[in-house]
Amino acid sequence: MIRSKNKRGDNPPDTINGEPDLAEASTEDAFVEFERVQKSYDGETLVVKDLNLTMPKGEFLTMLGPSGSGKTTCLMMLAGFETATHGDIRLGGVSINNIPPHKRGIGMVFQNYALFPHMTIAENLSFPLEVRKLGKSAREEKVMRALDMVEMGAFGGRRPAQLSGGQQQRIALARALVFEPELVLMDEPLGALDKQLREKMQFEITHLAHRLGITVVYVTHDQTEALTMSDRVAVFDDGRIQQLAPPDKLYEEPSNSFVAQFIGENNTLEGQVKEINNGIAVVQLDDGELIDCKPINVRQPGERTRVSIRPERVEYNKDRLQEGAHTLKAEVLEFIYMGDIFRTRLRVAGNDEFIIKTRNAPDQTRLQRGEQIEIGWLPDDCRALDA
Amino acid sequence: MSDSTASGPVLAADGTPLKRSLARALRMQKLRALMLIAPLLLFVLLTFIAPIADMLFRSVENKIVVTTLPRTVQALQEWDSNSGEAPGEAVFQELYYDMFVAAEAKEHTKLGTRLNYERTGISSLFRSSGRKVDDIGEDHVKAIENASDKALKDEALWFEIMTGGAGAETNDAPLSAGRQRLSNLTDTSFSGDIGFVPGSAISEILPETTQAYTDFALFTAVADNDVVAEEDPWETAFVALATELQADPARLDGYAGPGADALKAAAEAVAGLEPIAFKPAFLDIDKDWGDSENWKTIQIYSPRTTNGYFLNAVDLQKGTDGIEARPENQQIYITLFTRTLIMSLIITGSCILLGYPVAWILANLPTRTANVLMILVLLPFWTSLLVRTSAWKVMLQQQGVINEVLVWLGMVPDEARLVMINNQFGTIVAMTHILLPFMILPMYSVMQTINPTYLRAAKSLGATNWTAFWRVYFPQSVPGIGAGSILVFILAIGYYITPEIVGGTKGVFISNRIAYHISSSLNWGLAAALGTILLVVVLLLYWAYDQIVGIDNVKLG
Repeated sequence: MIRSKNKRGDNPPDTINGEPDLAEASTEDAFVEFERVQKSYDGETLVVKDLNLTMPKGEFLTMLGPSGSGKTTCLMMLAGFETATHGDIRLGGVSINNIPPHKRGIGMVFQNYALFPHMTIAENLSFPLEVRKLGKSAREEKVMRALDMVEMGAFGGRRPAQLSGGQQQRIALARALVFEPELVLMDEPLGALDKQLREKMQFEITHLAHRLGITVVYVTHDQTEALTMSDRVAVFDDGRIQQLAPPDKLYEEPSNSFVAQFIGENNTLEGQVKEINNGIAVVQLDDGELIDCKPINVRQPGERTRVSIRPERVEYNKDRLQEGAHTLKAEVLEFIYMGDIFRTRLRVAGNDEFIIKTRNAPDQTRLQRGEQIEIGWLPDDCRALDA
Repeated sequence: MSDSTASGPVLAADGTPLKRSLARALRMQKLRALMLIAPLLLFVLLTFIAPIADMLFRSVENKIVVTTLPRTVQALQEWDSNSGEAPGEAVFQELYYDMFVAAEAKEHTKLGTRLNYERTGISSLFRSSGRKVDDIGEDHVKAIENASDKALKDEALWFEIMTGGAGAETNDAPLSAGRQRLSNLTDTSFSGDIGFVPGSAISEILPETTQAYTDFALFTAVADNDVVAEEDPWETAFVALATELQADPARLDGYAGPGADALKAAAEAVAGLEPIAFKPAFLDIDKDWGDSENWKTIQIYSPRTTNGYFLNAVDLQKGTDGIEARPENQQIYITLFTRTLIMSLIITGSCILLGYPVAWILANLPTRTANVLMILVLLPFWTSLLVRTSAWKVMLQQQGVINEVLVWLGMVPDEARLVMINNQFGTIVAMTHILLPFMILPMYSVMQTINPTYLRAAKSLGATNWTAFWRVYFPQSVPGIGAGSILVFILAIGYYITPEIVGGTKGVFISNRIAYHISSSLNWGLAAALGTILLVVVLLLYWAYDQIVGIDNVKLG
């Protein structure tokens, strides 16, 4: 295990077996901190189990995970709508466990926008300013500025129901930002939009967040959204953070088989560790074949392991394979033309769902159904994970 | 480019205008829809709309005076009501004939009751007069009967005289006049063959007598189901004969029809008597006939329609100089109307106050728990209204549960038990309880649709619990309050049974008075007028509500 103490965001603490490293829990510039936070609704099961998380100021952090993984609960605890059963949540170094939501000064964008239907857009935006007892002229100016920020300046007099989903989304964003909070929480804010609009809004939100320098905690179950928007992604499963890392690291170096499966497309082969030498683990697959892998969370020979290879890292053109690399026999079951890429389904070591992706380039060979080929990869791309 | 160019309206493929084509296509659908609602529509029309329309019409309808006393009303037109004196002999003569027929048909007491609403005491005037009206002109009747060896005591002779004998020329006019008069009076049909048609000769010579006999004949044949020729004629026939013969004995000259001798003998018999004095006769029966105020009442209420009931319903009356206020001890309706309105508002208000938190809790609980609690809200609906109200009686009375407990606890001295029933407090408490579900249900169904994230959003924006509720939640729940309020208020304003049982005298509503007039005093006209006013008030309030809140803002779910 390599411990790296890096500056904000670009290389956060590593985790092993989904256990965040407690030594990293209170860095100097920590803005949001979860320390040993637990949450149970019924007193029998824990929805959030021992959550530790530190966020520096200005970071865009996404909580990603399947439904029921505890990510929204974490967000609600941070917002103050749920209380932690155990542990401490700190904001700017101050414990906020006993501070009611309205005194936390955290902006929040809700999944269904939660724009007040009986108020106009301008009244919606002016609401947080009114409860803060701002003067009328100051209010109007801030509302106008916030509306201009999301390019909705002309819509102040309308009612939420008169706006399209995307417009409502912008207003919800403007309302969460109008009182200039340092921390903004977003709970699947783009869930209700269509694909095109969602992609557009992803960029707008990240740009806005970076321009304003606000800290954002973003909850989603859409991995593309998480990868494209975030500085760091916390992958949640079963009430724990499985991995907390920047998007590229998350994709290329998943630290356990859940993350490998959950993020992006992934091929898995099951087997047993034969030996570990010089950072290379030799794994005997269930049909007897041997392959070289990078040991991630296997420690000694004899352990069961699940080997993970990304489809685009699999090579079948012998010229491109490294000298002496292990290869496996494969049979082409299906060849799918997808325009920019080819997607080929293979039978490898008894696995019928082995996918490879190849770029559509002039020199690329198109495989035929039934063809027998040999595939291989770099040992670094093949990661031996927990079974 | 649209299809409608300069050539005019859009045409369908076959050249007919598109609008007509569309209407034809939709006609079948409309017809089918109409047929589906037709049974209910008919049912409602027959059992609801029609009776209500009839009741409303009763509030202005007043034909009883003119149907009971048609001739008197006619004669009374000449009379100056401001003279301070009773009308003259002519009017009393008509009153005699009218009263006699009415008394025979037993309709005179109804008129007495009707006019008694307007002037107390008239009822007995009519009752006594009806009893004694056949005594008027007694001497003359006897004289005619005794004349010519009691020839005119023979009912067969009367019949023969009046028909003019077999094969004589007949005159239908008195018959149809009589039919009209009697069917107006009794509300039954007097049509059909009665075995009697007046002769034309006799009806020219003795028109009044013929008319009186015809009325008798009609009544005998239709109402009593007897043979005309076998019954003694009414005294009116004798009185009319006497009056006509005294006025002009020469009218019999040249008469050669049946019973000519008998009639001549009768003419001689009455010639020596004083003419019948109707006015003194009536005054003799009851001196109140001499009171011009009674006559004024008859005159004022002689038109077929009247605003008298409505005036009465707002504590006014028709006086000598037009409309005036009723005597103070008779003014109750304005008080009752305002009391009904104010108490309904109080009940609506307390329903809002009590129901809102309950609806809130129900809307914010998990569905399972909410459904269980909803049963508790609905439970009162499953018990009889009477039982619930009676239960309140048990609770609230001076020897009731609450008072007993308070006395037992020593919070109230035994001799000063709280008066919680038979007053407005009792009515308000019981009705609030009974109407509460009508408030909770619409509020609950509206609150259910309010997403709880609105409150969270408000709090995340910095609003305290109270601000979040008041600025964000409450405005969205107003449609539910509106719907509940309309329901409760309109139900309350027409409530009857609960105020009747727990309201005593101070806590009754206008509906209790309406019920009293419908079932006890039988003054349906006044009941209808009160009901109409109540209906108009409710519609006005509904209109005002629509103007202020907007009926679109009312959601029942």
